[in-house]
Amino acid sequence: MATPHKYASNSTQPNRLNSGGLIDRSRTLHFTFDGKTYSGHPGDTLASALLANGVKLTGRSFKYHRPRGILSAGSEEPNALVELRSGKRREPNTKATMAEIYDGLSATSQNRWPSLDFDVMSVNSLLSPVFVAGFYYKTFMWPAALWEKLYEPAIRRAAGLGRASDDADPDTYEKATAFADVLIIGGGPAGLMAALAAARTNARVVLVDENAALGGRAIDDGSDIGGNPAHEWLRTVEAELARTETVRILRRTTAFGQYDGNTYGAVERVSDHLSFAANGVPRQRLWRIVAKKVVLASGATERPLVFGGNDRPGVMLAGAVRTYINRFGVVPGHRAVVFTNNDYGATTAAALKRAGAEVVALVDTRPQASEAVKRVAMDTGTKLILSGVVAGAIGGKRVTGANVRTQSGDIVRLECDLIAMSGGWNPNIQLTTHTGGKPTWNDRLHCFLAGTFPPHMTLAGAVAGEFSLAKSLSGGAAAGSAAADQTGFKAVSVIVPKADDESDAITPMWRVDNPDGKAFVDQQNDVAVTDIDLAEREGFRSVEHLKRYTTLGMATDQGRTANVNALAIMAELTGRSIPETGMTLARPPYSPVAIGAFAGHHREKSFKPTRLPPSYKWAKENGCVFVETGLWLRPSYFPRPGEKDWLETVTREVNTVRNAVGICDVSTLGKVDIQGADAAAFLDKIYMNGLKTLAIGKCRYGGMLREDGILMDDGTVARLGENHYFITTTTANAVKVVQHMEYCAQWLWPELDVQIVSATEQWAQYAVAGPKCRDLLQKVVDPKFDISDAGFPYLGVGEISVCGGIKARLFRLSFSGERAFEIGVPARYGDALMRRLMEAGKEFGVCAYGTEALGVMRIEKGHISGPELNGTTTPRDVGLGGMVSTKKDFVGHVLGNRPGLKDPERPALIGFRPVDRSQRLRSGAHFIARDAAPNASNDDGYMTSVAFSPSNGHWVGLGLLKRGPDRIGEIVRAYDPVRGGDTLVEVISPVFVDPEGGRVRG
Amino acid sequence: MRIACPYCGERSLDEFVYSGDATVKRPDFASPTAAVDFTRYVYERTNPPGEHRELWYHSAGCHAWLVVTRNVATHAISKVESARDVALGEKSQGKDAT
Repeated sequence: MATPHKYASNSTQPNRLNSGGLIDRSRTLHFTFDGKTYSGHPGDTLASALLANGVKLTGRSFKYHRPRGILSAGSEEPNALVELRSGKRREPNTKATMAEIYDGLSATSQNRWPSLDFDVMSVNSLLSPVFVAGFYYKTFMWPAALWEKLYEPAIRRAAGLGRASDDADPDTYEKATAFADVLIIGGGPAGLMAALAAARTNARVVLVDENAALGGRAIDDGSDIGGNPAHEWLRTVEAELARTETVRILRRTTAFGQYDGNTYGAVERVSDHLSFAANGVPRQRLWRIVAKKVVLASGATERPLVFGGNDRPGVMLAGAVRTYINRFGVVPGHRAVVFTNNDYGATTAAALKRAGAEVVALVDTRPQASEAVKRVAMDTGTKLILSGVVAGAIGGKRVTGANVRTQSGDIVRLECDLIAMSGGWNPNIQLTTHTGGKPTWNDRLHCFLAGTFPPHMTLAGAVAGEFSLAKSLSGGAAAGSAAADQTGFKAVSVIVPKADDESDAITPMWRVDNPDGKAFVDQQNDVAVTDIDLAEREGFRSVEHLKRYTTLGMATDQGRTANVNALAIMAELTGRSIPETGMTLARPPYSPVAIGAFAGHHREKSFKPTRLPPSYKWAKENGCVFVETGLWLRPSYFPRPGEKDWLETVTREVNTVRNAVGICDVSTLGKVDIQGADAAAFLDKIYMNGLKTLAIGKCRYGGMLREDGILMDDGTVARLGENHYFITTTTANAVKVVQHMEYCAQWLWPELDVQIVSATEQWAQYAVAGPKCRDLLQKVVDPKFDISDAGFPYLGVGEISVCGGIKARLFRLSFSGERAFEIGVPARYGDALMRRLMEAGKEFGVCAYGTEALGVMRIEKGHISGPELNGTTTPRDVGLGGMVSTKKDFVGHVLGNRPGLKDPERPALIGFRPVDRSQRLRSGAHFIARDAAPNASNDDGYMTSVAFSPSNGHWVGLGLLKRGPDRIGEIVRAYDPVRGGDTLVEVISPVFVDPEGGRVRG
Repeated sequence: MRIACPYCGERSLDEFVYSGDATVKRPDFASPTAAVDFTRYVYERTNPPGEHRELWYHSAGCHAWLVVTRNVATHAISKVESARDVALGEKSQGKDAT
């Protein structure tokens, strides 16, 4: 054992020892807590630095606003939650026990007003008989209307913990994936031995530990390993692991979840401990770790004892007291009472003595002292009180004494400023239960151990119930060797260093009878023993009811220090055993994880990738307004100086196409190349219309159905060769259609010889539309190609070249109703072709047009698009019934013939114009017969698409109207109560421009 | 969850798209009972616990359709096959039977 420490001369940190621990005393860091400046050292957590400075009061409790301090030294901390930083980086509910200090760190206490020392709401504490479990449900019952407006906001202000920042998080987060032969979770003695054993076999090892420094309880307990202080052993082990190329150590990394397929989630706090993250360095990194074998060495969490005032600042877990002394060189109190039901109380008394503190008494609930306890008591001269309990802690904002009840029942008041308590240990088995593993109760150790867990997992150290240091070391080494061996690496012998084999003897004591003051079980949610009593009396006896009635275990710490005590108390109250009473299963995450870490780079504009069409650069240079269409950023319209609004711009673009020529980037449409001896037969299966008669060099419009008979998508099919087709899909369905085609080709008709590949991004494609389109194209198409009406008639397709030999495809297709072509070139020429077309078209008055004008012209022509292909319509509904083949087998054939889908009463596509031509139409308006009441039973359908038609000089609409085609000439109401619209509209043909279709062919 | 694609090797779940039951077979459109058969094929599903054969699509990979045998209670995957191979095998067996 090490020699006694002395207090540092540094008077600003009165509780700092002058030696020991893993902190760097050569550097001093300054931080503030509630505005006051304190100092600490690199290696300190906020909790250790506050304790070094003598700060014990760190917050107010959730419900009663009781003063609270630091209970633990780890991620289980329920009380010492603070807000870190300010402004955009304000982070609420951070555990002071996990936050490392840096120069300039500012931390603030939570849930107090106006100050931590004087908190107005602490009056709640006096009313605690009123604020029992179920209080809100019982009290604020009537009138119900007041709940939302008055009670809940008031309660949330008074209760609740920290405040999140209202601003966007300015930091970056990233995600990474790691693959390991052996993943080791926990860098304590068991985990480190496992890492050594696995690393020596050359297996790929990933070791994660949630703390800044490795070593775990070997450091926390100030143990000796192999005859030397544990930190010397740690240095040797870390050096060997660092030398081994196949080992990756992730410090400050919490493995928070176990998922299917040997996959683990972990969050690495990359720069939370730094004042500034270097440029490009994320604040946190979310790891997905895939491991063949996993050694879980996650340790154990100490249980508090349940006695009066056990939440007072100055009451701490005994293990945490040892951690502050041995890891941080801080002694959290000068006069201590140690209260225990196991042999770790004696270890704590010894550590306190060594740190120069006075141990007033070692209060052990057990009637007899073990040899180890007797020896410590003798060696340190500590007064041993057997069969005794601390009935209550005395003090308000800090402990000033302990009322100890002795075996005889007398109360002895002991002056102290620290009560170190140990109620035994709960192995950290959370990760074993995430995929359905069930824990089992161990009657000797009085804790839950992992019962069932995935076969790739081995447990070592305290999590396996091997509480002694010697067993942790040997268990870890064995687990590491076995894991490497099972992944195909030849195990190498590892010498396990000698260490203490401490006693794990414990006699459970779940609560002190007749506590002197309120005895808390769940400190974060302010659940006391009396609340569990009440739950039992009111019949909420199952664990699930207990949780929900009292909120026990439902705070941000998930009740890590509370659940087992609560379960055991309920077992006592109901006269059942603990396993009979139940267990609480942990779900991910083990510790809270910031949403930002899950989002990573996927936020704001980077939430999804942005796809840019080939003419994007040109369009941007020319003042284009873009619109998001799925992932694509498509040109919407191209305003020119002097145009007062989008309508004027779009009207000009439409008129240009109808009277001269316009160019639209249609590259975003899905393009699929289909080849194979059975390509034609395949297309016949997926399109509702016949394609067998489609000649080489021709295009045809086609529709695809889902198997249930509903329209899925539409587009064009071009036949480029005997066994070569090129089809287009809508922009929105491009990915879905390829998936559907692959499904049909691989699963439904695998015997067909057909290959499918998406070519959407390989081809830049422009619609060149308008009466002067051919004049324009003749200037870019190489002269040997005849694109006259005779040489290249409507619905023709051909492979040509442009601009002196660049391969291109020309399609005589029109979506606008005007004579039009679509020209495609390899995508790398897309930008150049756009510029060439615009240059060549100047003399014809060309303009670029976007999706708005495209939409206006397709509505004017009665062509369907997304609003009509809305997943509820059949071909017949949208006027394509005549196209559907009645002979062949194709997807959707059989169910498309269901009587319900052929019901003549179904709303069908038809056109509309306002009776008063000056009125505007709105899509979404519902049709009601002129004299009918506007209610759901009189609903005759709805408007799907509307546009101001420059060609007609008024608004026009397409809509689905019951028996629509039979009602031409009728006047109905377009009723739109949401936007206050009620317009009389006339039912007319849905083709508003050139109904004979002469222009398209001309 | 991870799926061992027969073409690409073991890949993470987010590369795949789940697409339903691999045990239903598309009926004959010309059968006199086609209307009933297709209704069952499209809409009727049992939901048995334990092992299940289901279709997955390697959308962010090789575009292969796969038949994955997965225990829906434990998520344990016991087999991954090429859907094309499975379908061809079933079709040739069907021919043999008739």
